[in-house]
Amino acid sequence: MDIHEYQAKELLSGYGVKIAEGGLAYSPEDAVQRAREIGGNVWVVKAQIHSGARGKAGGIKICKTHEDVAAGAEALLGKKLVTHQTGAAGKVCNRLYIEAGTDIAKELYFCFLVDRISERIVMVGSQEGGMEIEELAVSNPDAITKIYIEPAVGLQDFQAREMAFALGLDASLISHAVKTFKGCYRALRDLDANMLEINPLVITGSGELVALDAKMGFDENALFRRQKIAELRDKTQEDPRETAAADRGLSYVGLDGDIGCMINGAGLAMATMDMIKLAGGEPANFLDVGGGASAERTEKAFRLVLADTNVKAMLVNIFAGINRCDWIAQGVVQAVKNIDMKVPLIVRLSGTNVEEGRRIIAESGLPIITAETLAEAAEKAVAARNQVVANQGA
Amino acid sequence: MAIFINETTKIIVQGFTGKIGTFHAQDMINYGSNVVGGVTPGKGGQKHLDRPIFNTVKEAVEQAGAEASIIFVPPAFAADSIMEAADAGIKYCVAITDGIPTQDMMTVKSYLRRFPIEKRMVLTGPNCAGTITPERSMLGIMPGHIYMRGNVGVVGRSGTLGYEAADQMKRLGIGISTSVGIGGDPINGSSHRDIFEKFEQDDETKVILMIGEIGGPQEVDAGMFAQANMKKPVIAYIAGLTAPEGRRMGHAGAIISSAGESAAEKVAMLRDLGVTICPTPAAMGETVAMVLAGLK
Repeated sequence: MDIHEYQAKELLSGYGVKIAEGGLAYSPEDAVQRAREIGGNVWVVKAQIHSGARGKAGGIKICKTHEDVAAGAEALLGKKLVTHQTGAAGKVCNRLYIEAGTDIAKELYFCFLVDRISERIVMVGSQEGGMEIEELAVSNPDAITKIYIEPAVGLQDFQAREMAFALGLDASLISHAVKTFKGCYRALRDLDANMLEINPLVITGSGELVALDAKMGFDENALFRRQKIAELRDKTQEDPRETAAADRGLSYVGLDGDIGCMINGAGLAMATMDMIKLAGGEPANFLDVGGGASAERTEKAFRLVLADTNVKAMLVNIFAGINRCDWIAQGVVQAVKNIDMKVPLIVRLSGTNVEEGRRIIAESGLPIITAETLAEAAEKAVAARNQVVANQGA
Repeated sequence: MAIFINETTKIIVQGFTGKIGTFHAQDMINYGSNVVGGVTPGKGGQKHLDRPIFNTVKEAVEQAGAEASIIFVPPAFAADSIMEAADAGIKYCVAITDGIPTQDMMTVKSYLRRFPIEKRMVLTGPNCAGTITPERSMLGIMPGHIYMRGNVGVVGRSGTLGYEAADQMKRLGIGISTSVGIGGDPINGSSHRDIFEKFEQDDETKVILMIGEIGGPQEVDAGMFAQANMKKPVIAYIAGLTAPEGRRMGHAGAIISSAGESAAEKVAMLRDLGVTICPTPAAMGETVAMVLAGLK
């Protein structure tokens, strides 16, 4: 789960990380009020969306008058910003963070990540701040310093110092840097974050180390014990279909194709989508109904898939282990009867109680296309979709 | 003898008396697994499914000779249960639990590394369907009847996609020595490579099928290990050709977050490493059959 920059800064500030003075605004009037409270003569109006690279998308405005602040806020609020991280749909900006302008002497890169190879948290830093680390990893990997942290003992002072020296910090800044890095690490550990990025971390003209931007991502599996973090969720930054699915215990990812999918198990779901593509179609979504799919859950999953108006055919592929084909079949029949389904439906059942499941489908009298194997299911789904498109064209 | 488990392996169930634990323990017993009891703290001395309940894993090891364990404990407590099993001297542990926090798994892995290799418990999972040595022992939640005994070692992240593979092979009369689910989480007990090492040493296993997916470095790492250290042929399918970058596809670990983590990139690297690639997920059975035919 991602949070906004201002939320991450608030959290980090509590762990001793220095940030510029700032405040939240929901309107141009708010924004000017915040600028007045902050004082000074330079402010930065920052769009709060769940994405990096906001500057390139026009989401960061440097203002020298209150009128500029108001105009900047007006231009950003309610606007959809498109960055390479948001995808073409973009993300809507409903909140602004108004921050005091910072006198930047040098920009650095700093982050903590979960490293899947070493199975440890890794601290990453570079003197090339402001750049994206992915680009830097390709263009100049030697400019990146990585320090691995032993989970049993946590980040040690010597490691923090090593990073500070690698970042080229002046001797007078070392103890402040150690405090900053250790504060970030404690925030990561205490709050179950799996990513914390400060890009850029800046050295100011007056020789202070300030987090100019902050991004944190949290482990959804740990939210049960991090209630305060869970409350920071901003559903306006998520795909509404995915949010609706998550609220129903389903795992859904919307895609650009037109063959709707309902599958049990993430791996089988990905494989089925691959099979659709190989058969010449494009999946409209990833949807894992999980184990123990009841008739109610199946119906909810159907509604979710069919809420996407692009869908021209729907494929159900269930390999029942914990699930039972007869439960799924009942759910499918119930869903088709309750929802006025306008697109062809292809169902492939396999595994536990498959005969019973197939019998329920056959005896329902509904126009459901059945398939025995994965390949057959994908081919029939693509054929049905093509037929729908041909009919529409005619 | 296949790997990890056979009909004599003494199994305990952690989270024995809960609804899910009870259901799957009964299913394993019906399959023929040698379940010698279970652990539910506070219920020690009682019986469940006609088998003893122990308060601690240590008691289960001392009194029932437990060697392997399966964990159905809820996510908040699962890491603790895994470490308890490791401390008690369990040799092989399958963690079924889905949703264990990543930092808990880092703690578990760091704890396991404190044991010398010969005393270190092997963990597979979490968030997996378990391990089955067909027709002999099942330590998992899979539909046992779709698995046929044979010579193909299977290792995969996904449960249901593993069932799909077993089913395709059975339709072609091909059986499995052991099928191991390593789970869909970013940090897991054993990697593909760890399981490859076991299969390479196993007499019953002739070829290995790896069922991978997008995200993380483990499939390519296993491929590199196979090229350098293995004689047995490796076949692979990597799920997620259609998965967009940066989106989590169900599994916590199934996300393309850096170079080399997409299905297409993994396939290309594995092919270069001499791994036979299944062209489609519907061709896992056929591809294994083709490689097996080439052995004769």
